[in-house]
Amino acid sequence: MLILGIDSSCDDMCAAVVRDGREILSNVVSSQEGIHSRYGGVVPELASRRHLETVLPVVEEALRLSGLKLEEIDGIGVTYGPGLIVSLLVGLSFAKALSLASSIPFVGINHLEGHIAIAFLKGLEPPFVALLASGGHTLLCRVDDIGRYTLLGQTRDDAAGEAFDKVAKLLDLGYPGGPRIDALSKEGDREAIPFPRPHMSRKDLDFSFSGIKTAVLRYVQGLEGDVEARKADIVASFQEAVVEVLVEKTIRACKGSKLERAFVTGGVAANSRLRERFLERAKEEGIEVLLPEIPFCTDNGVMIAVAAYHHLKRGERSPYDLTAIPNLML
Amino acid sequence: MKRVHFLTSCPEETRRLGEILGRHLKKGDVVALRGDLGAGKTCFVQGIARGLGVPEEEYVRSPSFVIINEYRGSIPLYHLDFYRLSEEEIKDLHIDEYLHQGVAVVEWADRAPGLLPEEALLVEFHILEGDRRRIEMGGSGRWEDVLSSMEGEALTRSI
Repeated sequence: MLILGIDSSCDDMCAAVVRDGREILSNVVSSQEGIHSRYGGVVPELASRRHLETVLPVVEEALRLSGLKLEEIDGIGVTYGPGLIVSLLVGLSFAKALSLASSIPFVGINHLEGHIAIAFLKGLEPPFVALLASGGHTLLCRVDDIGRYTLLGQTRDDAAGEAFDKVAKLLDLGYPGGPRIDALSKEGDREAIPFPRPHMSRKDLDFSFSGIKTAVLRYVQGLEGDVEARKADIVASFQEAVVEVLVEKTIRACKGSKLERAFVTGGVAANSRLRERFLERAKEEGIEVLLPEIPFCTDNGVMIAVAAYHHLKRGERSPYDLTAIPNLML
Repeated sequence: MKRVHFLTSCPEETRRLGEILGRHLKKGDVVALRGDLGAGKTCFVQGIARGLGVPEEEYVRSPSFVIINEYRGSIPLYHLDFYRLSEEEIKDLHIDEYLHQGVAVVEWADRAPGLLPEEALLVEFHILEGDRRRIEMGGSGRWEDVLSSMEGEALTRSI
């Protein structure tokens, strides 16, 4: 079964072709970082305008690289939420039109499920615990199968990736904050400043990253101007606090659910310290942890194609009046 | 126009102040928030949500990344953040089409001066030392009565 997957939920327009949910034939991402960094963040209308311009070339490129013609595609998967409505609508409307014109069935995919579907691409056997940590989301869930998820915990305020972006902004490091902090942290002492580990002492599996941003703010204010010399220590210590909370809560989720496998994804999973700590701690705890390659942690079309494959295989289809849902839950 | 100010000494107090305001809000109300990163805006909105009866399990999160969050209170609560948008881009979002269906709490509202009704309640957050915050509110018309009763209610809840 040959599936075309399309995602336009946020910054990037993504398209990919995947065979049988396992074999990637093409994977195209129109990275828009260049545009967004000039504005210091994701500008939805800019994103949607760029999406309008890139949707056709990106999909065509995905087909060309797969060596297939549109007629050979068996199904189309497209993200319908969560995300920025104006961005979602570009991909969704395009996919619906393509489906209608070519009589290829389409299915709407939850972007969060897409991230989890990468575990199936990589052959991780359910049940497992999945941590999704990105700019817009931070959640832990139990995965028993495609479509069978139990939410175990989520953030109560800021997403982990958002905390990275905001701390980077606070320190004038530029956008995107995650990679900048990751790089600068390598020059700093991660034990220099004991920032709080929010929600660590609580038994539940929820997260809270708003307070840690405020703690960084307070620390910077206390420095009275001499921030530059301390930046590396500040970001390394901040990063360590966020990483510890994410790693330990995931391990706690595994133990609480008596599961020995974990899957970590989302843009924050690209953080090098997070990956290092996950591997160390999982080994100590006897947990198998799967950290996909970075292009599969961030938004991509492959994940949508894989999720769509599993749904289409079960005979599921979406109606043509399917609409974008900005606050869609898992 | 009436102006009042409150001093809060911790995030929970800021939340409680938001809760008091939340109980006074009606359909069509617009509350404009201003304040730096970490000044307590999201905490305050968490309180408003509580005051509007948004179920506890619906966590009120920062809308910085997603621009718009919607919560199901006794009336719908829209939490918006215009930080990254220009006025032109905000217009393109067609927010005015549903702003009137519930309560709109808008961060960085001054980025779209033409979009918001003149009778919005303005709330400004100032960071004092440590966790202390000075929260100033100003509004005219109906807000004058709301602010007067809030002063009394805040006193009884030791804010």
